[in-house]
Amino acid sequence: MSMDAIRCPNGHVKYPTHPRCPECGEEPVETIDLSDRTGEVVTWTESTATPPGVREPNVLAFVEFEVDGAPVRALGQVADNADVETGDEVEPVYAEELREPGVGLKPADADQEWDGFQFRPLD
Amino acid sequence: MDREVAIIGGSMTKFGQRDAWIRELLAQAGEACLTDAGVEPDAVDHVYVSNMASGEFEGQTGIMNAVAHDLGLLPAYSQRIDQTSSSGGAGMYAAWQSIKSGASDMTLLVGGEKMTHKGTGGATDIIASITHPAEYKHGVTLPSFAGMTARHYLEKFDAPRDSLAKVAVKNHENGTRNPKAQFQKTITEEKALESPTIADPLRLYDFCPITDGSSALMFCPVEVAEQYTDDYAVVSGVGGATDTHVVHERDDPTTMGGVVDSGEEAYEMAGIGPDDIDVAELHDMFTILEFLQMEGLDFADQGEAWKHAEEGRTAIDGDRPINTSGGLKSKGHPLGASGVAQGYEIYEQLVGEAGERQVDAETGLACNVGGFGNCVITTIMEGR
Repeated sequence: MSMDAIRCPNGHVKYPTHPRCPECGEEPVETIDLSDRTGEVVTWTESTATPPGVREPNVLAFVEFEVDGAPVRALGQVADNADVETGDEVEPVYAEELREPGVGLKPADADQEWDGFQFRPLD
Repeated sequence: MDREVAIIGGSMTKFGQRDAWIRELLAQAGEACLTDAGVEPDAVDHVYVSNMASGEFEGQTGIMNAVAHDLGLLPAYSQRIDQTSSSGGAGMYAAWQSIKSGASDMTLLVGGEKMTHKGTGGATDIIASITHPAEYKHGVTLPSFAGMTARHYLEKFDAPRDSLAKVAVKNHENGTRNPKAQFQKTITEEKALESPTIADPLRLYDFCPITDGSSALMFCPVEVAEQYTDDYAVVSGVGGATDTHVVHERDDPTTMGGVVDSGEEAYEMAGIGPDDIDVAELHDMFTILEFLQMEGLDFADQGEAWKHAEEGRTAIDGDRPINTSGGLKSKGHPLGASGVAQGYEIYEQLVGEAGERQVDAETGLACNVGGFGNCVITTIMEGR
């Protein structure tokens, strides 16, 4: 699995992908995989009241990557609910099941992936 | 057609945990609004019903039809308005358009939601379903977006954690003056700061409750308003804007673009600025949102709103009271009802019917936020 972002002709990089660049409306010209890069924690929270099918607690972070000088952010779970602080460097790690499929409002076969990338702090 | 749009009556049910289901809640507020405005059902041309998720909450859809039928409004044009948490504000926008355009001479707006039977987990999941699939799969909730935003705000602007607790204390204090509010009790800063953590650094008292309730407003042209009453409010400005669906894609997590854009549009239409606003209802679904909206609407410079809270400037006896109704925090947040109830509070303040909460106000503003700032409606009203 890859962690796909788009790049448009004006150099904007966005994650996740969209049919048009959310910033300028241009069609994307390139897909960029963020999963083999490292990023920096912009902010985080430990959520202790989680919906059905979601681990409790659930540490979440906004992480900023840089692609050829352009910033791009992603939201993700922190692997193993590890301790993180703003500014920490993290790497994406693949997880087969981020939450239990079909337990909440969305059916298991909905327009919804259940696997994806968590963030693991680098030492 | 250039018409001025008036509001001539309003209502809200008791907010809280209610036995009534959505049809009954909407009918209660709608009927009370007809009575308050002195309008006969057959005079209503359009009826808008603001609601986010009656299908998901209780398996009942088609509720605009139910309201029109139950209140004897047939054959009025009816429409349900969903814009998630800003459905009520979007209903204000639709009602305003219907009168402004000449399509209707009398429009009833009713907003409501029935939520409490789903419990906190179930209700949180229904609300979280507004997120992008790339967000939803991580188990993100609106409260966790608030936690991440609050941490960023406090770190970036070196604001004290206590300032958020002061918002909760103030809005609970105001709620004790509102008999329709869900909570009727004051809280202390210590209690807020010692309550259980929900989304670090935010705690239980930083969040609004889950609520059942309904609220309604009656709109008509000023010429028609004058046949019904001497005291009415005019909708002098309204603006609506949309921000990213994916929250992390915003350049600055502490700026709500939809608030800025809808506010600018409303100010421009009304021909006034932030200094002219005497009283405001802001969407304090989370305490941090009160600061972000104060800054987005230019009541305070960016990173400075917390100082207004510290100095008591937003209190009911401050220089610009915010959330005199108790806000979503204390009054409760029945999704589709909240934007209408914000408008109702401003209406009551402008026509001098706010009782123990009455402040001296000629111009008021309501800012209704959907999602985590995803959709925003700002409405400016003036008393006549």
